[in-house]
Formats: sequence, C-alpha cells, structure tokens
Amino acid sequence: MTTPNLAPVEESATPDARPQKEKMVLIAASGDLDKAWPVLILATTGAAYGMDVTVFFTFWGLAILKRPDAGISGDDWRQKLLSVFNRGAPTNLGLSKLNFAGLGPKMMRDLADKHRVASVQELLELAQQMGVKLWPCQMTMDLMGLSREDLIDGLADPAGAGAAIAEMKQASISLFV
Amino acid sequence: MADTVVDARGLQCPMPIIKLSQAITAVAPGQTVELISTDKGSCTDVPAWAADMGHPLKEQFEVDGEFHFVIERA
Repeated sequence: MTTPNLAPVEESATPDARPQKEKMVLIAASGDLDKAWPVLILATTGAAYGMDVTVFFTFWGLAILKRPDAGISGDDWRQKLLSVFNRGAPTNLGLSKLNFAGLGPKMMRDLADKHRVASVQELLELAQQMGVKLWPCQMTMDLMGLSREDLIDGLADPAGAGAAIAEMKQASISLFV
Repeated sequence: MADTVVDARGLQCPMPIIKLSQAITAVAPGQTVELISTDKGSCTDVPAWAADMGHPLKEQFEVDGEFHFVIERA
C-alpha cells in the first residue's frame, strides 16, 4: 500500500529495508475552528494516501489538544488567566472571523452537523486511529503552563522546532496553518 | 458486483476518501470496493486518490445524483 517515492530517496537513518512512506508535516499554529478543521481534514486525508503524517501543535494550535475538562492550569497568575480565556478543546474553539462571542462557531457547528461534515473532535479521533502523529510543542506548554495531563491521551512526546524541522526536511508536503 | 460496498452517502469531504481507504486495506489485492457517495468532490477526489495509490479505477458512474466508483486493490 505504500506509494512509490517520486524523488530518489537518500540513504536514510532507518535500517528498515522497506520503501519509506512519503511524509507530510502540518504545523497547527492556530486555535481557530476554521483552521483546526482543514488541518485535520488534510491530516486524515494524507493518512488515507498512505502517508506518514505528523501534526505539530504550537502556540494557539495547542488549544486543539486540550482536554475539555483541563480547567485552570499553570503556576503563574497570567497562565491561569490564559487558561480561563483560552479554554481550548475542539468543542470550545472559536472562529477567526464572525465569531460574535461564540454565536458564530455555534452556527457553524450546527451547519456542519446538518451537512454531515465531520466535527473537529471526530476528525481528531479519526486521525489518531489512522496513526497520525500528534505532537504538542514543549515550549508552548511551558509558556502557557500546560502539563501533559491537561492534554488528551495518545499524543507523541512533546517536541520542539528542531524535531519539527527534522521531519519537514524529509517531508514531501509541509504546511503551516 | 464489487467485493465490498462502502456507503458514504450524505458524508462530506474527507470522509468518502477516508472510508474508501479503510475499505481498500481490508480487501485482498485483486478484490474490488464500490464507493457510493453524494459528495460532488468525490468525482475529482476518488480518481486522484486511486491514481496516486496505484489502485485501478474500474468504473465510475452516476445514478440519480449518487456517484459510484469501483476500485480494485492493486
């Protein structure tokens, strides 16, 4: 089921003799519903193409990975305040425009439901089932006072820009959303 | 008649492709999967996916606004 590599594959570090899967890397830097959606649609579709997909969640994008019941997190009062106003979890994401204090995303979710567009929550679970690697950004976790317990299960170990670049160097598709 | 039928009617992008990819991995090489979709995007998405994955698209037709694709696992 692996796709043929289009470019000549350089000697890789993997001792595996099988042809390497093509890689796709998505950087999810936004916690807006209208960005989380395409990130996860592309991630799951990439997996459907037999690609090795990694999504690196950084800055506001990390909100997508928060548990719905994460509550107030952090040690610093500013981190605590941030966790109140940036509740996160797929069900709390707002729209980048026409948000209208939450009315916009409510209407968008209702419309998506009516038209049977898979929700961000469903796509996130599907991505995990399909083997998409979900990487939380360590720096953002430290900055925002989020611990591993504030995030959903089944994530890859938190990583940094160095790991993200290493993945992107080998990827045939890399997108910053 | 295809070996497996995937009913993706009513589902939107990317679900028809996701369900198709899951069904293809579940059948043996040489077996076929028929996808039924009402998502117009499938008409471009499915042929693109099948071509890239190397699975022959044996048939593609429309019946009463429903799109049918018969794909053979390579």
